[in-house]
Amino acid sequence: MTTTEALAPAISCRGVSVRFFTEHGSVMALKGVDLDVEAGEFISLLGPSGCGKSTFLRVVADLIPPSAGSIKVMGVGPEAARLRRDIGFVFQDAALLPWRTALENVELPLEIAKAKFGAAPASRASPRELLELVGLKGSERAYPHELSGGMRQRVSIARALVTNPRILLMDEPFGALDEITRDRLNEELLRVWRELGMTVLFVTHSIHEAAFLGQRVMMLAANPGRVQEIVPISLPADRRLDIRETPEFVQITARLRRILEIC
Amino acid sequence: MTTSARAPSADLLETDAGAIAHRLSLKRTRWRARLLPALGVFVLLFGWWAIVVGFQVKPFIAPSPFMVLDTLYAKRAILLDNLIPTALEAAGGFLLGNLVAILIATVFVHNKTLNDIFFPVALMLNAIPIVAKAPVLVLMMGNGVEPKIAIAALVCFFPTLVNMVRGLDAANPQAMELMRVLSASKTEVFFKLRLFSSLPYLFSSLRIAASMSVIGAVVGEWIGSTQGIGALILQATYNFDSALLYSAIVMSACLSGSFFLIIALLERWLVRWQPQHVH
Repeated sequence: MTTTEALAPAISCRGVSVRFFTEHGSVMALKGVDLDVEAGEFISLLGPSGCGKSTFLRVVADLIPPSAGSIKVMGVGPEAARLRRDIGFVFQDAALLPWRTALENVELPLEIAKAKFGAAPASRASPRELLELVGLKGSERAYPHELSGGMRQRVSIARALVTNPRILLMDEPFGALDEITRDRLNEELLRVWRELGMTVLFVTHSIHEAAFLGQRVMMLAANPGRVQEIVPISLPADRRLDIRETPEFVQITARLRRILEIC
Repeated sequence: MTTSARAPSADLLETDAGAIAHRLSLKRTRWRARLLPALGVFVLLFGWWAIVVGFQVKPFIAPSPFMVLDTLYAKRAILLDNLIPTALEAAGGFLLGNLVAILIATVFVHNKTLNDIFFPVALMLNAIPIVAKAPVLVLMMGNGVEPKIAIAALVCFFPTLVNMVRGLDAANPQAMELMRVLSASKTEVFFKLRLFSSLPYLFSSLRIAASMSVIGAVVGEWIGSTQGIGALILQATYNFDSALLYSAIVMSACLSGSFFLIIALLERWLVRWQPQHVH
């Protein structure tokens, strides 16, 4: 059981399609997506708007059912994986509950898990330790409206990690932040990922962000949303921001941009 | 060299002066905000007095402000005796109407079919003016305190139902997705997310209901009652006792005002997460 789980990919998709029905007929949001993600891998999802990258993340999280194809998350279906708390999700606008302090927001998943299982899931780190890990020591009692956009997103990352999920899904989490904050959070996200070793799917529409973070970049094309190409990023895992000035990085982003032009 | 050395101190002086000016202007704005409404009230009272005295208006048509003040003191026992039943009816109706509205809104949000069947009916009933609904309730419930509470409850019920249904559905869609990722039950979604999201909506209708409940109780008393502010208003009108009529009006306004104040304080205490915004 455990050996097959260890050998199985963290996420495995075969021919995943999603069709949305509207008043004027139906829209193919995703068509025939095949993807295997190894456990502990960091994958960036890059593509023009409307290419279905957020939809794909929601299929993996069991928020949207696929209309065709099969998908396995840690060896089971998305619903079973969600019920097992294998999945953490970071939303674009942080989605913190404004009536809860930073610490109470991070504790929310534990409260819900406790009500369901009688005990909180074994967590590697306590809510306080996680807030410290994301650089918010001392802000535990602050309310969301007292925090900056970057700090709110840090809280939401800590909240996603508190149930110790093996897969972290991130939907343009830094899209609304200024570039300086975004750069800093990118570097810190890599540090957290190296420390905790979870699998990450990271949706972005920034070429630099996708290349800096991902071990592979899954490029999606629009109308219908489909995989254009999966580009391996041959950079060391231990990346600092200044890696973006190296010729290798510049070459990679140039290549991603060329692919994006035909997406 | 000398200029660069002098520049910071000049800057400092300037910002100091700026800060002082800013503080002064803030203070002035705050005083203006308090003084100008008081001035408005004073102008109104003075105009009232001037018209009554200037045109020698007969006391049975309209009293002067001083006459009302005299009556408020001289007849304080009658006024208070009649204020208490009205206050109890309004408060009872307020609690009952809002509680039922909140419960029904909760059912509506969880059951779309019931919502689609009964929400239009609720809106239709709301279109009937309360002065028309009141006699119907008096016929059904008699002359006691019950129809007054029922009428006060009815006028509170509809705004709260509408707002609460909207408020419970107003939860951030991404927070709703989060609850699903966390596999939260419907009860958890309700108590941890929907209820809190609805509070600003709920309070905006409670503030309306606070004064509406007094209107409801007074209208109820108009239709067959011997006590209460509503009954006192009718009696004073029939007796051409304008000073007592105006005193009764002042009492009912004070009642609405204090209900409103209680709700506003409760909101400030409960809804602390909203950044303060100007009303």
